[in-house]
Amino acid sequence: MITVSNLHKSFGKIKAVCGISFKVHDGEITGLLGPNGAGKTTTLRMLYSLLPPDEGEIRIDGMDPTRDAMAIKRTLGVVPDSRGLYTRLTARENIRYFGQLHEMPEQKIQSRIEDLVQTLDMGDFIDRRTEGFSQGQRVKVAIARAMIHEPQTVLMDEPSNGLDVMSTRALRKYILELKENGHSIVLSTHIMQEVAALCDRIIIIARGKIAADGTAAQLLEKSGCDSLEDAFVALIGSEEGLLA
Amino acid sequence: MKGLFTVFRKEVRENLRDRKAVFNSLLMGPILFPILFIGLSYFAVSKQMERAEQLLEVPVVGAEHAPNLVRYLEQQGLVVQDAPEDPEEAVRRQDVPVIIRIPAQFGEQWAEGTPATIELIADPSRRESETPMRRVRSLLRGYGAQIGILRLQLRGVSPNLAAPILVKDIDLSTPQSRGLLLMIFLPYLLMITAFTGGMHLAIDTTAGEKERKSLEPLLINPVPRWQIMSGKMLATMVFAFASLSLTLLSFRFALPFMPTGALGIDLTLDARTVGGILLVIAPVALLAAAMLTMLATYAKSFREAQSYMGLVIMIPMIPSILFMVNPVKPETWMMAIPMFSQNLLIGEFVRGELVPALWLGMSIGGTLVIGLLFAAFATTLFNKPRVVFSGS
Repeated sequence: MITVSNLHKSFGKIKAVCGISFKVHDGEITGLLGPNGAGKTTTLRMLYSLLPPDEGEIRIDGMDPTRDAMAIKRTLGVVPDSRGLYTRLTARENIRYFGQLHEMPEQKIQSRIEDLVQTLDMGDFIDRRTEGFSQGQRVKVAIARAMIHEPQTVLMDEPSNGLDVMSTRALRKYILELKENGHSIVLSTHIMQEVAALCDRIIIIARGKIAADGTAAQLLEKSGCDSLEDAFVALIGSEEGLLA
Repeated sequence: MKGLFTVFRKEVRENLRDRKAVFNSLLMGPILFPILFIGLSYFAVSKQMERAEQLLEVPVVGAEHAPNLVRYLEQQGLVVQDAPEDPEEAVRRQDVPVIIRIPAQFGEQWAEGTPATIELIADPSRRESETPMRRVRSLLRGYGAQIGILRLQLRGVSPNLAAPILVKDIDLSTPQSRGLLLMIFLPYLLMITAFTGGMHLAIDTTAGEKERKSLEPLLINPVPRWQIMSGKMLATMVFAFASLSLTLLSFRFALPFMPTGALGIDLTLDARTVGGILLVIAPVALLAAAMLTMLATYAKSFREAQSYMGLVIMIPMIPSILFMVNPVKPETWMMAIPMFSQNLLIGEFVRGELVPALWLGMSIGGTLVIGLLFAAFATTLFNKPRVVFSGS
């Protein structure tokens, strides 16, 4: 359960987030939908305690990221916007490093990696150095290292960015599996189909503010449109930054 | 603290797999510097000998005014050459390093018993003319002294009367301490290798991490940021220290190949001296790691960081150059100055002197304190969003 109320964050004169409030319910997939530069990444960074908010409150399972940063980091699994890997280490070593940073016992790390190799289909490249990996392979490693400690809540910043059709399908399948296993997922995206295909609840963000919040059906009803895409345009009031 | 060592182990492992890092840190200093050092000293020795033994060929203007003198010079092995038309111009053009000119009134002055003038035409600002000038001058002085003694004896005067004092040098320098002149470079080279050895890691673990876009994922892990930064600095420090100790060891084994006999010096580094040098210089590895990491963290990319590093390399040079230009007697207060005290102490070690424990303590402590201050500041840098997200 994540509660965000009246969140503000500026960088110098640029107001990236101004007064965002929303709720994320357990066992659901929540999509933060918005054009590029709407404040999605900044909001997520505040959630996973990388940035302190200027104003407002965040509670993740009752904990405050500004105060219990370490506890929050242990409960969250995060696939951030930057997905750089260490190219001189193998995929397995990359993932193990994160397991060690979570102070997991070595045995547990090994068995977890075997599970992840299965579910994410990484058998072909798990013991190869990550130099020259394809986007799809890199995203899989980035997801695996974020999931190594079996987090209950998962945050993903534009996870399908740069992926081809097959990788995107595999990723969506994996996210749905996570939901089935009882995880809560928050993902940011600017891609309409992604939201339509995955999300139980959609939060539309534009210019640092919430434009709309609800299920797909509720959004259609509220905007009086037939398709989500039209609803999106109607709700944020422009086609700027829209990528279908 | 577990996180700190996890980061440390990963950085060491990753960089040991990087050929560039291994070459820069662990191979370049230890191979390059001793070879450079030995090569240069051989070159210097052989040039010196060459100049000392070279046939001394000197043009003499007006040889006919002093035939006895010219004969004497020839007996001493000087080859008298025909004088060029314009001696001054010939020296200026560097055709010859030195020319002797005997003026026409030489015979007159000689007969009168007044000091007879001989002119030496040379340009002492040209270093290559130094040796021939010195040799010519000592030949002429020898001739003058010989004639002087003869004149006194002719008049029944003991030549000793003209030499009221006799200066005798009692040389207390040992072959070992003379070696110091050469060893003045050693502390400087070692400190440079501490910086060059840590450089690649300092950049790779900070600016490199930003460039690869792996810093944000790393910081999301439940490890305090100061521990992540400290683990990185520790890895940089280990590489810096490995680099300088390997350089020192390779020096130790390269010394027997130096032309020490020809220079009349004795240069060996026994195990005790090596241990002492390592002890004194170890804190410099910490200081280097902290300074390098701090600077590299501000850079957005590998390239930007590298351009800062050129300046950092100058830092250990400043005290060393000051010491080379203006050698001072070691005093207690100097031991608190990082990278200067190491120069002085290593000098004392190589001379084989006993060093007061207070000096050791002040040098090690002083450098450690400043290194830790830099390190403490560096550990706070990942708390600044501006530093973390610059370049992204």
